[in-house]
Amino acid sequence: MNEQNAYQSLAETTDHDDPRWAFGTGIVEEAGAEITSPVPDGVDPADLAAYCLMLGDDALVYSHRLSEWVSNAPELEEEVALANTALDLLGQARVLLARAGHLTGGDEDSLAYRRTDAEFRNVALAELSDGLDFARCVGRMLIFSSWRLALLHRLLGSADPVIAAVAGKGVKELTYHRDYAARWTLRLGDGTDESHVRMQAALDALWPYVGELFRTSDEERRLVGAGVAVDPAQTREEVDAVLDQVLAQATLTRPDKPSIGTIGGRSGRQGVHTEHLGHALAEMQSLARQHPDTQW
Amino acid sequence: MDDMEARFDATIAADQRIEPRDWMPEAYRRTLIRQIAQHAHSEIIGMQPEGNWILRAPTLRRKAILLAKVQDEAGHGMYLYAAAETLGVDREELTEKLIESKQKYSSIFNYPTLSYADIGVIGWLVDGAAICNQVPLCRCSYGPYARAMIRICKEESFHQRQGYELLLAMVNGTDAQREMVQESVNRWWWPSLMMFGPPDDDSPNSAQSMKWGIKRHTNDELRQRFVDMSVPQAQALGVTFPDPALAWNPERQSYDYGEPDWDEFKAVIAGSGPANAQRVAHRRAAHENGAWVREAAQAYADKQKARVAA
Repeated sequence: MNEQNAYQSLAETTDHDDPRWAFGTGIVEEAGAEITSPVPDGVDPADLAAYCLMLGDDALVYSHRLSEWVSNAPELEEEVALANTALDLLGQARVLLARAGHLTGGDEDSLAYRRTDAEFRNVALAELSDGLDFARCVGRMLIFSSWRLALLHRLLGSADPVIAAVAGKGVKELTYHRDYAARWTLRLGDGTDESHVRMQAALDALWPYVGELFRTSDEERRLVGAGVAVDPAQTREEVDAVLDQVLAQATLTRPDKPSIGTIGGRSGRQGVHTEHLGHALAEMQSLARQHPDTQW
Repeated sequence: MDDMEARFDATIAADQRIEPRDWMPEAYRRTLIRQIAQHAHSEIIGMQPEGNWILRAPTLRRKAILLAKVQDEAGHGMYLYAAAETLGVDREELTEKLIESKQKYSSIFNYPTLSYADIGVIGWLVDGAAICNQVPLCRCSYGPYARAMIRICKEESFHQRQGYELLLAMVNGTDAQREMVQESVNRWWWPSLMMFGPPDDDSPNSAQSMKWGIKRHTNDELRQRFVDMSVPQAQALGVTFPDPALAWNPERQSYDYGEPDWDEFKAVIAGSGPANAQRVAHRRAAHENGAWVREAAQAYADKQKARVAA
C-alpha cells in the first residue's frame, strides 16, 4: 500500500466480512469447537459447567483487573500489551462461560453479569487489585500465567472439545503473557534499587495467594477421572521450577510466606472470596443490572 | 540553500512526498511537529473518556470491542509519536509538553462520557469527524505522517462502524436506551462540529498549511462534508441533532446548519472545558507513576549492554 492509494485502501475497509471488523471479539466463533458439543461420556454436566466457570472466571476477573490499567500504564507499549493480555483472557472467558451457559441454561452474559460474588469460582489471585502498582501487575502476571499455561498445556487433550479448543488457542496466548511478565520481572528485579525493592515487595504480598492455585476441588477431582480436567496439584512442580528460574535470574528471593487461610476449608473454587471481588463485580455488573433483559 | 528550497517547493508543487532525510523549511518542520504531536496526544488522551466505560461495558462482546478500540488508540499514539520522531523530537519530550499543557489535543476529549450511549456516539460522530479530518491527511506532503494516517484511518473506520452498530442496537432496544442515545447525541453534536476547528475566517494557520500540502481542505469545507454525511445517518437511527437551523438547501445541495458556540470552543481550547484539568492530571499521574518503571528498564538495558561488552 502506498500513500497514493490512500482513498482506495480506505474504501476496501467497507467490506463487512473483514474479520478485523470486531477485532478481538470473534473468539466464540473462532474457538474451533461448538459450544453445544455433547457432554463427554460419564461426565456430570453440573461438574463440567462448574469447571468451565472456574477456568472462565479466573480469566474474566483477571481480565477485569488488567483492564484497570487502561490509560494508566507506565509506557504506551505497556498500554498495548496489558490491553492485549486482557483481551486474550476475555476471549477465553467468553468461550468457557458460553459453554457453562449452554450446560446450565444461560449464556456468557447472564453468567458474567447476573451472578453474585458467591457464585463466582475464580481463585483469589485473579481478583486482587493491583492498586496501579506495576510491580504487583508484573508479579501477578508471572504467577498467574505460569500456572494457567501449565494447566492449559495439560488440557490440550481434554475430553471436552470446548476446553481442548480453549487450551489450544490459550497456550499460545499464555506463552506470550508469561514471557512478557518474565521479561519485566527481570527488568524490575535487576533494574534499579527502587525497582528491586518494589518487585520483591510485590512478590511478598502476592505469595500467600499462590497455595490456592494448587488446591484440588471436588469437581476437579471427579473430572480428572473422566479425562476432562487436570489436577492443579500436578502443575505445582512445573510452576515452581519456572518461578524459581525467573526469580533467581532477576536477583529476587522466592518469598517464604504461608498461604492465606481458608474458611472452613473453602476458598475461591467454592465461592468464598476476598473482599476485593465484590467491588470488582459491583462495577462490572452495574450497567447490565440497571437494564435487565436488554440487548446491547 | 536556495537550491534546496527550490527542490522542496518543486516536490510540494508536484504533489510528491517530503521524507525525513529531505531538506525542509524550519517553519514546515515546526508546523508538522505541532500538528502530529497534537494528534498523538489526542489519541492518548482519548483513551480516557472511552476507557471510562471498559469496566462497566454491558455485555462481554461490547467490552471486547471497546477494549480493542482503546488498545488501537494506544497503537495510533505510538505510530504518531514515531512519525514526530522523524522530525527530531522524542516521545518523552512531547509527553512532557502535554502534561505541562504546552501542547494541545483535540478539544472533544475535554467532554465527559456519561452513559454507554456515549461510547456509540463517540464512535459514530467523533470518529466520523476525525475520519473526515484525517482522510485528506493520507495525502499529506510529509511521507511518514501520510503513511501513519493511512493505517490509522483504516482502523478508525472500523471504530466508526462499531459505534454506529452499538447505536443501532440501542435504538432498537428499550425506551430507556433510545432516550440514552438521543441525550448523548444532544451533548456530542456541537462539540463534534467544533472538532473541525474555528471558522475559515478565524483560522490563522490554515492558508500556510494548505500551501504546504499539509492540509487539503478548509475547516468549513470539512465541517460541511461531515454534516452532510451525518444527517442521513441520524435519520436512519431515528435521532435528531439539537440544531433548529438544520435544513436541506436544494440550491447548495447541502445541509444548512447553525453556528456552533465558538465561545464554548475557545473556553475548552483555553483549558476550561468540563474535563480539561481531569484529563491532563490523569495523564500526568500515569506518566509520573511510571517513571520508576521506565528508569528500571533503562538501568536493566544498560547493565545488559555492559555485560555483553565485558
